[in-house]
Amino acid sequence: MSASDSSVLELRGLTKSFGGVHAVRDVSLKIGKGEFLAMIGPNGAGKSTCFNMINGQLAPDSGQILCEGKNIAGLAPRDIWRLGVGRTFQVAATFGSMTVIENVQTALISHARETYRLWRPAASRHRARALDLLRQVNMQGAADRPSRELAYGDVKRVELAIALANDPKLLLMDEPTAGMGAGERHGLIELVKRLVVERGISVLFTEHSMDVVFAFADRIVVLARGRLIADGDATAIRDNEQVREVYFGTGKTFARAPA
Amino acid sequence: MTLNAFLFQVLNGLSAASGLFLIAAGLSLIFGVTRIVNLAHGSLYMLGTYIAYSFATKIGGVTGFWGGIIATALIVGLIGALIEIVLLRRIYRAPELFQLLATFALVLVINDAALWLWGPADLLGPRAPGFRGAIEILGRRLPSYDLFLIVIGPLVLLALHLTLARTRFGRLIRAATQDREMVGALGVNQAVLFTSVFALGALLAGLGGALQIAREPANLATDLIALGDAFVVVVVGGMGSIPGAYLAAVIIAEVKALCVGIGVVDFGFITINFSKFTLVAEFLVMAIVLIARPYGLLGKAQGAVRSIAEPEEPLRPATPMLKLLGATVLVLLVCLPLLAQSTYFGSPYLLVLGIDVLIAIIFAASLHFIMGPGGMHSFGHAAYFGLGAYGAALLVKWLGLPFGAALVAAPLLALCGALLFGWFAVRLSGVYLAMLTLAFAQIVWAAVFQWEGFTGGSNGVIGVWPPPPFDKTWVYFLLTLALAAIAVLALRRFLFAPFGYAMRAGRDSPLRAEAIGIDVKRVHWLGFAIAGLVCGIAGGLFAFAKGSISPETIHINRSIDGLVMVLLGGVQTLTGPIVGASVFAVLQDTVMRQTEYWRALMGAIILVLVLAFPQGIVGAFAALWRKVGGRT
Amino acid sequence: MNDAMLKVESLSAWYGAARILYDLSFEVGRGEVVALMGRNGAGKSTTMRAIMGMIGQRQGTVTFSGEDISRLEPYQIARRGLGFTPEDRRIFSDLTVMENLDIGRQPARQFPDGAPAPSWTPERLFALFPNLAEMPHRPGGRMSGGEQQMLTVARTLMGNPLLVLLDEPSEGVAPLIVEQMANTIIELKKEGLSILLSEQNIHFAELVSDRVYVLEKGQIQWQGTMAQLSGSPEIQRTYLTV
Ligand SMILES: Nc1ncnc2c1ncn2[C@@H]1O[C@H](COP(=O)(O)OP(=O)(O)OP(=O)(O)O)[C@@H](O)[C@H]1O
Ligand SMILES: Nc1ncnc2c1ncn2[C@@H]1O[C@H](COP(=O)(O)OP(=O)(O)OP(=O)(O)O)[C@@H](O)[C@H]1O
Ligand SMILES: [Mg+2]
Ligand SMILES: [Mg+2]
Repeated sequence: MSASDSSVLELRGLTKSFGGVHAVRDVSLKIGKGEFLAMIGPNGAGKSTCFNMINGQLAPDSGQILCEGKNIAGLAPRDIWRLGVGRTFQVAATFGSMTVIENVQTALISHARETYRLWRPAASRHRARALDLLRQVNMQGAADRPSRELAYGDVKRVELAIALANDPKLLLMDEPTAGMGAGERHGLIELVKRLVVERGISVLFTEHSMDVVFAFADRIVVLARGRLIADGDATAIRDNEQVREVYFGTGKTFARAPA
Repeated sequence: MTLNAFLFQVLNGLSAASGLFLIAAGLSLIFGVTRIVNLAHGSLYMLGTYIAYSFATKIGGVTGFWGGIIATALIVGLIGALIEIVLLRRIYRAPELFQLLATFALVLVINDAALWLWGPADLLGPRAPGFRGAIEILGRRLPSYDLFLIVIGPLVLLALHLTLARTRFGRLIRAATQDREMVGALGVNQAVLFTSVFALGALLAGLGGALQIAREPANLATDLIALGDAFVVVVVGGMGSIPGAYLAAVIIAEVKALCVGIGVVDFGFITINFSKFTLVAEFLVMAIVLIARPYGLLGKAQGAVRSIAEPEEPLRPATPMLKLLGATVLVLLVCLPLLAQSTYFGSPYLLVLGIDVLIAIIFAASLHFIMGPGGMHSFGHAAYFGLGAYGAALLVKWLGLPFGAALVAAPLLALCGALLFGWFAVRLSGVYLAMLTLAFAQIVWAAVFQWEGFTGGSNGVIGVWPPPPFDKTWVYFLLTLALAAIAVLALRRFLFAPFGYAMRAGRDSPLRAEAIGIDVKRVHWLGFAIAGLVCGIAGGLFAFAKGSISPETIHINRSIDGLVMVLLGGVQTLTGPIVGASVFAVLQDTVMRQTEYWRALMGAIILVLVLAFPQGIVGAFAALWRKVGGRT
Repeated sequence: MNDAMLKVESLSAWYGAARILYDLSFEVGRGEVVALMGRNGAGKSTTMRAIMGMIGQRQGTVTFSGEDISRLEPYQIARRGLGFTPEDRRIFSDLTVMENLDIGRQPARQFPDGAPAPSWTPERLFALFPNLAEMPHRPGGRMSGGEQQMLTVARTLMGNPLLVLLDEPSEGVAPLIVEQMANTIIELKKEGLSILLSEQNIHFAELVSDRVYVLEKGQIQWQGTMAQLSGSPEIQRTYLTV
């Protein structure tokens, strides 16, 4: 794939430190249209920090973030969202006092730029579309439950539905399947992968669940101590000695010994 | 003022700062750990002054004075522990801020208790044994007791700071500040921790009060004054920062001392009496500090605090039953004028009370709009009431505006105020926001109070009566009823519209809300403005209902009354503020005419309500309803 | 097993009006690692919270080393040597790593038969979690998700517990560390510690657990040894959607 001309997102020399902690150092990479890219790396490698810079929560110390050629570094999260970048958080964040479907409706309302409407009830707005999104993440049954009551894994799926509300071009998912069972894990990533293919969404995600990464990612980049140390497909990364050393270990906790 | 006089005032300020610091440190500790905005903290301070006075005069001598100070601190600490064990412990799981109601009741009870025990006169204690003299400094005589006070502040600061930073007790306090349930799951007895923190805070307040008796008389008004000062100091210094509290105490005390020292200054075009300025000086300082540094001078952005309160249920549209109930109440109210004329239980006073209640409902509903769904706890809602009331009255008085126009202008003026103040306020959150709104309200109040030529000063504006037919009580009642119904229904409608969703979204998770394109500050700002606008209606109606308006009616008490109404009804429900306002307004009216000790009675009633309905009256019924409905 | 450390008899729990757990009965023996498995929302975390006394509405009996703890407060339960690691971590974000560990500290403990329980110091824990050793003075709120996860486990161990309720310890942790965590659990087990583990990662559960209870909709649907479960793809498919 020639990511260079059709890249949705490009990071150039992205750097961020907190006091003396160099969380991200000089990271450059490109994500092509419709690409399903996994970012992996040890705990504290700087993955979430990268995400936070891309979606505008943190401003980089230096470097550029190009979204379809436009530098978005330093913009506010809400503006970046309007440019078509959705995200889920590592620690899932939903609106606890609302029902599941209201959570999704709020996002749809914002997408339709109806946030400041004062009169017609919100409950009737975009309900069908919201239900449809919930169906896609298999949460339609819980539509009218308060979102704070959901088990953790379910909250993650609601978050995904929220993130899909603005038909994103690029979806950032920070450990989307953490806290899910193996079956659901695959189910969710399969779903996302389908979106990638059908709608041409590009996805950048982090995961510590290697079964999922190896089974689905088109390409994998590895971050360690803030630096990009490897970039390649599943086979290349699996065989990379350095990655094995800092990240995989023997592999017995994520895959059965090859039968 | 000469340089010497200036430096002398600085020393004076430093000694006052110690007292301020002691109560502020206690307030900050208590708030940090228990999340309780302890309105009774000033009352504990006041108790300290009275108890120490009794020791010093009844026992007398060195033992009576110095021993008395220590004994007083311990006794007040004990009282604090009792309050925590008997009262507050039962309501920790209530919605956020609810405990404020209980401490408000305590303010009323303690004040009347002091009146009963010590009488209404000011009581000045004896000079401190061992520090009777004065020291010659800068050509003036500084009482040596003041020097002693100057030293004691930093000593307590050092002790507290070391305790918090270096000891396990301090670490536990800081951990419990964030997640008390988890601290319990790690084997720490939170009950003991909470009681000891509350006792320590109370002890500091008692000590602060006791140390003052040689300088200032014990007085029944000190409770609220001390409370106001303590709030300002805590917030200016930054929540949770004990050194910050000391720094702030020094700044505030110095500013006040200098205002007194400067006195009247003639600028040529205007003459300002700076000593009158002390009333607002501290609030001005607070407003400026908060605008420049949203977390106070030495405060930090606080990590998320995990609440143990019952979480809020999603809002549901009104059930047919609720609609029916609402319609019935409305019809009954429309018929109230007829009832008032009946010979049987009729009394024209019924309608006057009715108007008061309706105005209270508008006031409370508008406060609830930002406080509940918006999560912005405004402690200064009186400002918008005042802008509405004064706006209407002054337009009539100076411009001869007709009644109708004045009634329309009132909410618009309040809106302007809310847009201005809200713009700053929404940049903060939690207690900081609460205190900034309080500061703005105090500034409005002080402006009204001191701008005699325009506003009539402490006399207020009189003679603003509505023209016929609104001069008849029943007509005015119906007008008020109509406006109240419109206001309440409109606010409700907004909450179910996209805007209301966005406001709640911004409260529940600003992070998520921003990440789906919602400009949380802007949404909250507009919410604040809407609340101000509606509150202005209440103000305008009030001015014409009473025919007058005075600074007292827009003082901090009104802001607190609003909080009490909302919390009493239940902040997590939409009908709560209506019920809360009605109950409170009726109670206030009836209780005040019962006894000289009406405050204590009122306090006792609120305490009973608080213990009986820990989620507010409507909240409790709603919970009961869910339980019965859900189980069967 | 007659020397059960933890014995749960017909435990039920509610959130408001919703019943979540239905008469669960199970036990964890001394030095045994027992896994609670099941889909999202099955009630694993709720079971742990109910054992810790952190759910207001519960019924049933919980016995811990012979003593009925079902009426005790969470802090009293913790002081008897029951450690709890919640799934949402709940570290104190304004406190540093060292301070977080200190909050969890409790005196050394003995098993009911008088044998000393493993006792922990920050140094020993740092050896276990090298990431933490690199940042003893960093406030919890400024750590990455996985670092926080390690801190939660470490903080619980500081209480020198006899039995630990570990709610999804491998969530969000890099494979290498998961592996270390598995080794640690095996080590802990050798020292006589009991562990009740809630886990979604079956590979991890396989490495460390002796027995398994599978929960579904708040009821125990299957129980058996880990060997039985790993040997039977059928059971896995039925209950765990592997
Ligand atoms: N606000 C902050 N101040 C100081 N250090 C920070 C801050 N935020 C993150 N860090 C540090 O920066 C590093 C990178 O953190 P980041 O959250 O990006 O890691 P991560 O790759 O997402 O890890 P994980 O897989 O555990 O989630 C970590 O060492 C973390 O402790
Ligand atoms: N605070 C709450 N109020 C009401 N219901 C709740 C609450 N917390 C959890 N639940 C419900 O209880 C059920 C069990 O949840 P629990 O968290 O115990 O599941 P779990 O097995 O730990 O799932 P996961 O693997 O996702 O962590 C779920 O259906 C959930 O929706
Ligand atoms: Mg991360
Ligand atoms: Mg769970």
